[in-house]
Amino acid sequence: MRVLSLGRWLRAGLVLPGGPASRHSGDRHSGHRPQAPPQGPAQVLLQQKVSVEVLEHLEQLALVDFRDSEGVERLQKAIQFADQLHEVNTDGVEPMDSVLEDRCLYLREDDVTEGNCTKELLENARETVEEYFVAPPGNIPLVKLEEQKTYLQGSK
Amino acid sequence: MLRASLRQVSAALKEGRVTPTELCQRCLALIKSTKFLNAYITVTEETALKQAEESEERYKRGQPLGILDGIPIAVKDNFNTAGIETTCASNMLKGYISPYNATVVQKLLDQGAVLLGKTNLDEFAMGSGSTDGVFGPVRNPWSYSKQYKEKSVPKSHSEDKESDWVISGGSSGGSAAAVSSFTCFAALGSDTGGSTRNPAAHCGVVGLKPTYGLISRHGLIPLVNSMDVPGILTRCVDDAAVLLGLLAGHDPKDSTTIQDDFKPFELPNLTDVSKLSIGIPKEYHAPGLSSEILALWSKAADLFKNAGAKVVEVSLPHTRYSIVCYHVLCTAEVASNMARFDGLEYGHRSDVKDSTESMYAATRREGFNDVVRGRILSGNYFLLKQNYEKYFVKAQKVRRLIANDFAKVFRSGVDILLTPTTLSDAAPYMEFIQEDNRTRSAQDDILTQAANMAGLPAINVPTALSERGLPVGLQFIGRSFQEKQLLTVAKWFEKQVQFPVIQLEEVKRHDNGDFQHQKSASFS
Repeated sequence: MRVLSLGRWLRAGLVLPGGPASRHSGDRHSGHRPQAPPQGPAQVLLQQKVSVEVLEHLEQLALVDFRDSEGVERLQKAIQFADQLHEVNTDGVEPMDSVLEDRCLYLREDDVTEGNCTKELLENARETVEEYFVAPPGNIPLVKLEEQKTYLQGSK
Repeated sequence: MLRASLRQVSAALKEGRVTPTELCQRCLALIKSTKFLNAYITVTEETALKQAEESEERYKRGQPLGILDGIPIAVKDNFNTAGIETTCASNMLKGYISPYNATVVQKLLDQGAVLLGKTNLDEFAMGSGSTDGVFGPVRNPWSYSKQYKEKSVPKSHSEDKESDWVISGGSSGGSAAAVSSFTCFAALGSDTGGSTRNPAAHCGVVGLKPTYGLISRHGLIPLVNSMDVPGILTRCVDDAAVLLGLLAGHDPKDSTTIQDDFKPFELPNLTDVSKLSIGIPKEYHAPGLSSEILALWSKAADLFKNAGAKVVEVSLPHTRYSIVCYHVLCTAEVASNMARFDGLEYGHRSDVKDSTESMYAATRREGFNDVVRGRILSGNYFLLKQNYEKYFVKAQKVRRLIANDFAKVFRSGVDILLTPTTLSDAAPYMEFIQEDNRTRSAQDDILTQAANMAGLPAINVPTALSERGLPVGLQFIGRSFQEKQLLTVAKWFEKQVQFPVIQLEEVKRHDNGDFQHQKSASFS
């Protein structure tokens, strides 16, 4: 069955340079390198690198680390990818929180129907004292590790 | 027997041709001999046998609980299962024994199903290959099938034969591999961006993503609250309908489930498709779609046309932005959902004791892998005050545009959309890992995740084998809450294409072929 018979159903069709038909040259794995989506005008704008302050701020907010320059690169690429959104015209469009926005959320009666499961809940915690979860002292700001500072600086 | 469909084996149990314990033991034995697939993280041998025995008692008394009584099933490891370790394939939850059953798991157990174990996945269901979990990647059973081996180029002796295997797709790869290799009759997965349909396509099984709000998410460890749904993986469409009937319905514990009454249904045998209108969205001819799948898609459209259905080209103009939108919304919701993992109440806890913050940071550093951490950080970036409008709110607006695209198409009289599920057949593992998780997800989810954006039901139906002998599936997308129509059409299509049964050595050994399986008069 010819590939192009789909042309009957796809009148305009997305025919990109070097489209799928030309990529199959007998190499059995050739189908596995999909092309990147076409670049829009937003990509052409000079990408500003994320500043070290923002990177540190993110680590503090998220309480996870970038670990190495690869992690920082990952974020850069993610932002670059997300920038494609700016190509879409969303004037006058309301943001959508949920696909079920036209329905009323279910609210049940304010009656106690379950609970009293202290034992089960404490079972999974590593450090407990009587019926308390035990945490180390709070209100102490996070200390930056020296080696983390270096690669964050390096990304500048 | 193991190759039978759920309904066939249920009938066999009722008639006494096989007992639940026998069935359970055979499945457990097959799991052991297919261990190299790495589909299961936890195999609950003892509890499964106990459940099977209880089921046998019920059958002896002539009081089975229903069609699912005694049927072995598997559950993806991001569903909470009481007393059984639930890890989400992450170091963060290794050793975590859930204190409760997820609603869907409870429903299955209440029907007498036998839970064989928890299946492997990408860490926290983030990924499209089931390659990024801490328990290792899942191997596609088709890598070991006669069909794939016949088409493989013979390798020289110096190369490792082992590296030939292909991925199972993700993130519910373990569940798909389990169903595909006959170790269970149905499995639960989860679907946020295509995580049920993608592995279903690669493993040649039926993968159903129900409408958002139909099935309870209580107990499903959340990834993206506004898009997650539990997914159903079975070997045929009828079985998926059976499972849907048992799982759907309002759950007071999940307020995002709709309150409408759900009536389980039997799928009619459609013979006349002339009243059907099938839409072919042109934007789904995405860059990178393999020519094989394109041809198959075209053939499927012809099939409907020749049978008398109305087949029209439609447009969903914002399709190419749906993956970007998904990327932003997913990482944002992930950043929020992963905040609960601090080591205090459950899960991994670091030994660092200096302060609460440092303990949390160390716990999360040790517990999460690169993918999860990357998404959390990206999500936090998009949610920063200076970026909130620019990215998060913008993505929400684009989401509305995408949902509106679908609404418009369905309003114009189209009943079902027909699209490919994946861009190509399953990639070899060694090739797949050349690119990082985010790139792969962006490439592989492109055709599946718009349905999650709009909350629509979608199903993958295995269609034919590719030139390499691997399964390829096509996707049907339906209107919200119209699963009956969607599944009816899918069933008709399934009957037309006669997808071949996988030929695995291991299964032949464990099975004694009481059941005739379909001859492989293949569609391609």
